[in-house]
Formats: sequence, structure tokens, C-alpha cells
Amino acid sequence: MDLTQITYLVVGCSFALYIGIAIWARAESTKEFYVAGGGVNPVANGMATAADWMSAASFISMAGLIGMSYNGYGGSVFLMGWTGGYVILAMLVAPYLRKYGKFTVPEFIGDRYYSDAARVVAVLCLVLCSVTYVIGQMKGIGVAFSRFLETDYETGLYTGMVIVFFYAVLGGMKGITYTQIAQYVVLITAYTVPAIFISFQLTGHPIPQLGLGATLQGSEVYLLDKLDQILVDTGFKDYTTTVRYSTLNMVAFTASLMIGTAGLPHVIIRFFTVPKASDARRSAGWALIFIAILYTTAPAVAAMARLNIMQTIEPSPGAHMTIADRPAWFENWERTGLLGIEDKNGDGKLQYLADAERNELVVLDNDILVLANPEIARLPNWVIALVAAGGLAAALSTAAGLLLAISSAVSHDLLKGTFMPSISERGELNASRGAMALAVFGAGYLGLNPPGFAAGTVALAFGLAASSIFPALVMGIFSTRITREGAIAGMLCGLSLTLFYVFQHKGVMFVADWRFLTHWGERWFFGIEPNAFGCVGAALNFLVAIAVSKVTREPPAPIRRLVEEIRLP
Amino acid sequence: MSTWATIELLATQKTDNTWGFTVTTLTPEQRAQYWRRNRNLMIKLMMIWFLVSFVFGILLVDQLNMLRIGGYKLGFWFAQQGSIFVFIGLIFYYVSAMRRLDKEFGLDTE
Repeated sequence: MDLTQITYLVVGCSFALYIGIAIWARAESTKEFYVAGGGVNPVANGMATAADWMSAASFISMAGLIGMSYNGYGGSVFLMGWTGGYVILAMLVAPYLRKYGKFTVPEFIGDRYYSDAARVVAVLCLVLCSVTYVIGQMKGIGVAFSRFLETDYETGLYTGMVIVFFYAVLGGMKGITYTQIAQYVVLITAYTVPAIFISFQLTGHPIPQLGLGATLQGSEVYLLDKLDQILVDTGFKDYTTTVRYSTLNMVAFTASLMIGTAGLPHVIIRFFTVPKASDARRSAGWALIFIAILYTTAPAVAAMARLNIMQTIEPSPGAHMTIADRPAWFENWERTGLLGIEDKNGDGKLQYLADAERNELVVLDNDILVLANPEIARLPNWVIALVAAGGLAAALSTAAGLLLAISSAVSHDLLKGTFMPSISERGELNASRGAMALAVFGAGYLGLNPPGFAAGTVALAFGLAASSIFPALVMGIFSTRITREGAIAGMLCGLSLTLFYVFQHKGVMFVADWRFLTHWGERWFFGIEPNAFGCVGAALNFLVAIAVSKVTREPPAPIRRLVEEIRLP
Repeated sequence: MSTWATIELLATQKTDNTWGFTVTTLTPEQRAQYWRRNRNLMIKLMMIWFLVSFVFGILLVDQLNMLRIGGYKLGFWFAQQGSIFVFIGLIFYYVSAMRRLDKEFGLDTE
């Protein structure tokens, strides 16, 4: 069997599994549709949360971002930011919202701030951040199909939509939960197997986390020291110490990703599915264990794959690879446009240098580090097929979680909660299915016609969650004094400031021509880059909410009782 | 009925079960004490959270990088590995400490 056939087989089996689960796990009530009946085992929910959380970006792009764009140490912001958020989630958010015991995040905000307006503002924030996020996943599905299965992008996207449609519309949260557990197993296997191989080849340690700190096979030199030295020799910056812009920027970036994580509705609603508040805490711990398996492996993949690429091109100092003799994977990935070479000095050899004038590896996409990793390490074909199935599992599981967050906000918060309160249980279940179907088609449409801003979207979603939803939740739990006026003003100010800063740098809706106030210069706010700005928006949200609450009428007595009650398990 | 109207109505009914969940039988003093102890625990753990990520991983990274464990510079290790392991430890410590606290106040429902 050739590679394409094996890939079809592996991906086909994984899809058959997801559909099988969908048929078995049908939702019969709104409680099953929104929170999987509320009886999911905390460890199982931890695993589902890990799959929900780890998106196409985590699986395909993160190691490349760390290893290349963020030059090693600078990429630590993703590692600490996307895991440290779970500590906040476990202590400050999840158990209290679970105790509150309803179905959606806007529902809590609406009740706590005794206001339908607050609820609608929360729906707006939720839809903005979930829709931007889901576009990235749909693109991930299309790209994974077109690269591995040699279909065109559209066919890949349609296939992905059909699969998601099947289990998300039929099963709601119940179907999504059980498919996410299966998807976690697929994606973590697909991520760790190549990492174990590559670590063993380079260092003799099968555990990548140890291999990254070990010496290279048959030498006394540490892997990271070797990588530092090769990079410095070719004019790049040092791998283990290069800061991303500035120390302050790294702090802001990490903080924004952490609080964004703790404010993302599709992650929070996963904790509504466990039986009790104490289970929500435990479940967050398990989720972080399952996530950490990938997140502590990713830096090893980043460094090892970068070293492999550098050494393939320049096996020993001064001896460059002859272009005519380049390995087959090099040519394969050139065809996809992720790699590109140009023999500028005409010597028939490839020089990869930091100096753009003389660099001959003119295209080197970040995603190459994970996608081509098994080929670079000369692993068997089934491992490559597994990586394809893993990338799809990561994208599908996150897309389904996001779609549920969006559709439950529409059917439960807007229809049932605000505009059609008299709708029956059966009617609401049908409405939620309809909303889900619409969300799937909407996401598919946006995936087919990406509004030109797909690249920046996941980062924007974190900024929005951090600056709008997270502060409203935490203040709602930890203070009885924040009023509805305060919360609404805070959410709107945090959201607007973050959108303003991001759009000012990247253009309104990420259209580069629609940048404004460019004479203020890049990163004018203390050198903080737009992706790291969420924590500044959050700070404004807190300040505005507290200030406005001081001058508005205290929340009514039942609200104090609500807050006191959710603080107990 | 809007949420606000529901709240007004329920407030006038003086029911103890306004929000639809089982209300615990703690006295106001016990509630305050339970919350204070939970909060103090969280503050301690969040300090460690801040220390291993922002302080060790970013602010003091150059100083820590002068020490090494194997091939890892220590600051780099905290930023890319160590902080994540500590985060896991923090959550599970919180889980078990809260379980003890719940038991002490008779709140564990198992």
C-alpha cells in the first residue's frame, strides 16, 4: 500500500469511529444536548476538555511557532499561557459556575447581573470570540485534507462539515463529549509517536521531555547547546535565551493567553457536564495532565525538528547540501508551497542563513516542523498517516466544542432566555439542533470564503475572551458589589479597547488596507504586540466595572444570596 | 418572564431555594469562615503559580539560566517544562485541600 492509501485507511477508520459514537450517543433532552446530562466522569471530561482545547493550531502550528517564528525561548509564552490558564480555571471559575448549575456562560452573566442586556452583551462577546476561533479550525480541516489526502481544499472542508454535522447535531454535548474522548486518543498518539522516535534517534532517550535536556547520540554535546551554536553560526539568534520583543511583552502575552483560556466559553461549558463543583476542580486537573502531555512534548519537537532541518541542509559547518540530491520529503513539501528554495549564488548547494539577501531557503513555513517531522526523521508511512488523522481530530474536536458554545448561546440565551421564553422543552431541543446546523453551515461558509483574516483569528479570540468574558465572570463570583451597569460597561469597554488595538495594527477585520492611526507607530502601548493586548483590555474592564459599580445602585438582595450560595460546593 | 422579574418575584416569596439548588445549612459565620479559608488557600497557590511562570520563566530567567539541569538552562526549563508540571501539582493540591475543607464543614456530598 502506498502512503495515500494508508492515510485514507487510517483517517477513514477514525471517522467511522466518530460516526459510530454519534449514533450511540444521541441527545434526548435539552440537558443532554447542552451539558451531556451532567453526569460525565471527571477524568473522562478532563480528556474531552483536552481535545476540545487543543486545536489545529496547537497540533499543527505550535511547535513550529516555538521553533521558528518565536525563536525558541520566545515561544514559551504559548506553553505557559495555554497551560497556566487551567490553574485560574480550576480555582477562580469552573467550580463556581458548575455549582450555579445551568447551561451556558451568558446565562450566568444574565442572572448574576440581573439583566437581559448583560446576557445579550455576553452572547455578543461569546459569538465574536467563538466564530473567529472556529474559522481557524475549518481552515485546518481543509488544509489537512488537501495536504495528506490529496483532495482539494473544498472537498476536505465538506467532508469535515458532514462529520461534525453528524455528531454535533444528533448528539449535542453528549455526542461531542464521547467523540472528543476518542479524538484525544487519536491526536495524542499522533503527536507523541513521532516525537518519541525523533528523540530516540537524536539523543537515545525515548522520552522527548528528557531528550530535550540530554546530549546528542554519540557525543558529549547537549542538544540545546548544539542548536544554539548552529543558529548563531548561521546568523540567527540564540535559541534558549532570545526574548520576544521585550520582557514586558512576554509577561503581557503570557497573561493574556492565561486569562483568555479561563474565559473561553467553549472550555468553560465543558465543566458544566460533571456531577458536582468538586468534580469540576478535579476535572480541570485531569484536563491539564492530558494537555501537558502534548504541551511538554511540543518544545522538544520544536527544537529537535529545527535541529534536524539545520543539519539536513548543513551536515557539518561549511558543507552544504547539494540541491540536486535533496531528500524526497523536501521536494514533496516544495510542491505544497510550504518549502521553497532559490539558488541565489548559483553554486548548486543550499545555504540557509538569517541574512535575507543570501538565504536560499526562501520559504519555510512554521507548520513544516510538525507536518514533515515524520518524513525528516524517516519514520514509516503509518506514522505519517497517523499525523494526518491526529491533525483532523484536533481540528474537528475543537470545532465541535465551539459550535456547541455558539448554538447553545443562540437557542438557550437568545431564544429561550430572551425572545421566546414560552418555548417548550421539545421545541428548544429542536431549536438547538437547528441552531447547530446553522452554525455548522456558517462555519463552513467562512472556511470556504475566509474573510482574509483567518491567520490572526485564534489570537484575537483569546484577546476578546480575556478582555470581555473573564473579568465579568470573576467579578461576578468574587464580589457582591459589582452592578449590572458596571458589568455591562466593563465588558463593552474591554471588548472595544482590544478590538481597537488589534484592528489599528492589523486593519479593521484584518484587511491590511483598513489600518488606521498608523502614525502612532507599531506596538505603541509600552511595546506590547496586538496578540498580547488582551490583559490590558481585561484591566480596563475591571477598572470600569468597579468605578461604575461605585456610583450605581447596589445589586438587589437575592443577588447576594446567589453569590454566597455558589461559593459553597 | 425576564430574569429581573423572576428575581423580584422570588425575592418577595422569601424562599430559601431561590436559585434552584440545595441550600446548605451553614450559619453566616461558618459561610464567611469557609470562604475566607478557601480564599487564603487560593492566594497562596496563585503566588506559587505567579512565581514559577512569570518570575522564574520570564522576569528572573537570565539569573536562573546561569544554573543548569543537564542540557537545560534552568530558566528556560521553567519556561518550557517546569512551570507546567508545577501547575498540575497546584491544581491537585487545591483539589485535595478543598476536599478536606468540605469535609470539615460537612459539605461533602459523597
